[in-house]
Amino acid sequence: MTYPAILTIILTPVVLLGLATVLTWVERRLLGLWQDRHGPDRVGPGGMLQAVADGTKILFKQDWVPPFADRGVFVAAPAIGMMTVLLSFAAIPVTTRAGIAGDMNVGLLFILGMMGLGVYSVVLAGWSSNSKYALLGGMRAAAQMISYEVFMGLSLLGVVMMAGSFSLRDIVAAQAGLWFIVPQCLGFGVFMLAGIAETHRLPFDLPEGENELGAGFHTEYSGMKFGMFFISEYAGIVLVSCLVTTLYLGGWRGPWLPAGVWFALKTCCVVVFFILLRAGLPRPRYDQLMALGWKVLLPLSLFNVMATGTILMLRASL
Amino acid sequence: MTALVSPARNRGLVEQITGHLPNGALATQSTCDGVCTIWITASDLRPTLAALKASSAACLMLLDLTAIDERERAHRAGQPQAAFTVVYHVISLASRADEVRIKVPLGADAPAVPSICDLWPNANWYEREVWDLFGIHFHGHPCLRRILTPPTWTGHPLRRDHHARATEMPPYSLTEEHEAREQDALRFDPSAWGMRRHGDHSDFMFLNLGPNHPSVHGVFRIMLQLEGERIVDAVPDIGFHHRGAEKMGERQTWHSYIPYTDRVDYLGGVMNNFPYVMAVETLAGITVPPRAQMIRVMLAELFRIASHLVFYGTMAQDVGQLSPVFYMFTDRERVFGIIEAICGFRMHPAWFRIGGVAIDLPEGWDGLIRAFLHDLPRRLDEYDAMVMRNPIFRARTKGIGAYTTAEAVEWGVTGPGLRATGREWDYRRHAPYACYDQLEFDIPTGTRGDCHDRIAVHVEEMRQSLRIIRQCVDNMPTGPVKADHPLTTPPPRARTMHDIETLIHHFLSVSWGPVIPPGEARASIEATKGVNTYTLISDGGTTSYRTRIRTPSFAHLQMIPLLSRGIMIADLIAILGSIDFVMADVDR
Repeated sequence: MTYPAILTIILTPVVLLGLATVLTWVERRLLGLWQDRHGPDRVGPGGMLQAVADGTKILFKQDWVPPFADRGVFVAAPAIGMMTVLLSFAAIPVTTRAGIAGDMNVGLLFILGMMGLGVYSVVLAGWSSNSKYALLGGMRAAAQMISYEVFMGLSLLGVVMMAGSFSLRDIVAAQAGLWFIVPQCLGFGVFMLAGIAETHRLPFDLPEGENELGAGFHTEYSGMKFGMFFISEYAGIVLVSCLVTTLYLGGWRGPWLPAGVWFALKTCCVVVFFILLRAGLPRPRYDQLMALGWKVLLPLSLFNVMATGTILMLRASL
Repeated sequence: MTALVSPARNRGLVEQITGHLPNGALATQSTCDGVCTIWITASDLRPTLAALKASSAACLMLLDLTAIDERERAHRAGQPQAAFTVVYHVISLASRADEVRIKVPLGADAPAVPSICDLWPNANWYEREVWDLFGIHFHGHPCLRRILTPPTWTGHPLRRDHHARATEMPPYSLTEEHEAREQDALRFDPSAWGMRRHGDHSDFMFLNLGPNHPSVHGVFRIMLQLEGERIVDAVPDIGFHHRGAEKMGERQTWHSYIPYTDRVDYLGGVMNNFPYVMAVETLAGITVPPRAQMIRVMLAELFRIASHLVFYGTMAQDVGQLSPVFYMFTDRERVFGIIEAICGFRMHPAWFRIGGVAIDLPEGWDGLIRAFLHDLPRRLDEYDAMVMRNPIFRARTKGIGAYTTAEAVEWGVTGPGLRATGREWDYRRHAPYACYDQLEFDIPTGTRGDCHDRIAVHVEEMRQSLRIIRQCVDNMPTGPVKADHPLTTPPPRARTMHDIETLIHHFLSVSWGPVIPPGEARASIEATKGVNTYTLISDGGTTSYRTRIRTPSFAHLQMIPLLSRGIMIADLIAILGSIDFVMADVDR
């Protein structure tokens, strides 16, 4: 392995964790802005060091495991969550060259697989806590994330068909003429919804649902183990935003500015959109969410696959 | 408030009751508030109430059920011998101000009456409350156990011989065994409530929702029997917020009790002073001048808006919408700005006085209110777009937690919860108090009685309150803000420094507080959450002999098991939000 590759591998998680931490501050300031209040603005310039203060606090908290919890699984759950999200980033191509394994020929499958594994983190956390609220949260998480995994995969098939590859770099390359958001608008919509559900963010934050379940699957967690759930949720937002950028918004492509800047800009826009959703929408009920998934999104994504396939076949035969 | 209304207006119910009594009533008592009070024996109670209910069931509400410890009461002329009295307050929603009080005298040893839970389901909690606080037994009650005090409590707090404050007891200490015992007493035992632990195909999960939970709006515990996420049954547990507000009324002077009332429905502010001072004024025969009446109404409506804004925001919050609560609290802050400018306080101004209000309105008050009247409607329209017309919000609230008008009347539901079922019943219109008869306003109603309708009624009520406030601002009469009467508080002092007689009376009235003539009176108002009634008994002293606070939230919470069977936890949260309760208002 070359020297720069190892450096990238070491740097990427550090940068990502930093990003996710800063994102907690960005979200709180943006929510403050939209909700006619200040948000955290005291620590450092504009409150930017709030994330550092929170991180320090959470690091120094007692590392406590409830006596009634299943200790091994309880400790492993947040680590699984963190790991799967960070590993997923390996397949994201930031520019034509940057990225750890952007050329991986099954990049997209790899990410989907990692996201699938991520479900374990939430389910195991809910199960091992041995607490009723956590259990209900874990149960919701299992149902929600497994269902939405299905549509997520299906919604992406359109993109894969058009690009003819599972490699994310090839997919970006295939968007040279037109971003896939235009021909794949249906798939884009389904993927966005599934992405929110995957990161369990409002309005699809049912596994947490603080108004109903206290804190859902991580009710019993505190200290850095809670911090890891927290950070992996934000890293998850960045991941889904990166995916949206890569799959539908042309990745690093754009005029005048360097490729990396374009990628970052587009990703930021999607992240902000995620936060805006949280500020604006109420939360559907558990069964309504499942009904939306199986009765609306599944047929839509199947239709999308069929329509894309038909059009591609017709075009090829012409 | 005019004192001594003729009892003649209560003929409807009274005639029916006396008609049902084979041996006639024990006695008929006249009270200051003109509500006819009939004494009957315990054995006549059930047949009489059953016949009464059968003849006009659809619109007969058991407004209140309480008791009086008569053992130390001096002025009881014309009333049957009794150590304890159980009081049933029945109100007819059909005709104007048709209400009747039925009293049952009981002896000092093991007092007991038959339960009427099967006649009015809402009697259940009221009877438990009377058992808890007075030690009066109800034969045939399905689950007669303590409701407001902890299960480990000894004695019955509202009895006259029960101590009223901590200094009358030895210092409190909590040993480890004691703590374990208390905690053990709170452990939920499903079999005690007739619940099964196992279903046909699965085991049930029992979930403690509360007493600390983000969505129970205070310290309120609901034990849920769950099958998956579906609720099989629910048992609400209240009393965590019980502060003995009624007992305090027996120690505080008539005047110094006013600030305690503010804290009963802590979102309602002066709205709580309103029925209390009205009841005292009825007892004392004080006529409040028109300017004071209109100021009271204006302030009460401002507080209605403030309370409804909290309701609206937290309701949206309960179904997961994060932002509206911040906008609505900003608006509420403006209401508090006005209230602070007028009263000097924000949430608990304690600003009404016996006979009027504390001081006149400050200079420039109308400008403040007019600016608010101008701004709020537009904000409310924005909230409609953001909350009421949001498809997810509608999906979460439409058809959820619905009950019919008949059920609402059975369970003693008043206020927006009753109006949402389509019944146009508002105490301000039903029996206008203060100057509501001179004001124009509509009574918003719903059709389905579900969460969505309850919210819609609340929202429309804010608009109607604005309308009332505008009329108050436009038509504020001139004149004094307190009645010229020796029993008002603080007492009139214009001539205090001129003759010794007035000085002495003023001194006594300030240091002791006014001495209110003996009698009984109740005053009801349409509070933010429903009908709030204060029933006061004076024994001719400087404090009340018995203070009874009938709050709307107490009745509303009792319905929760009925509404929650078969729904999901998330729906229960939406229902809790839409009921609009405050735990201090439930537990008092």
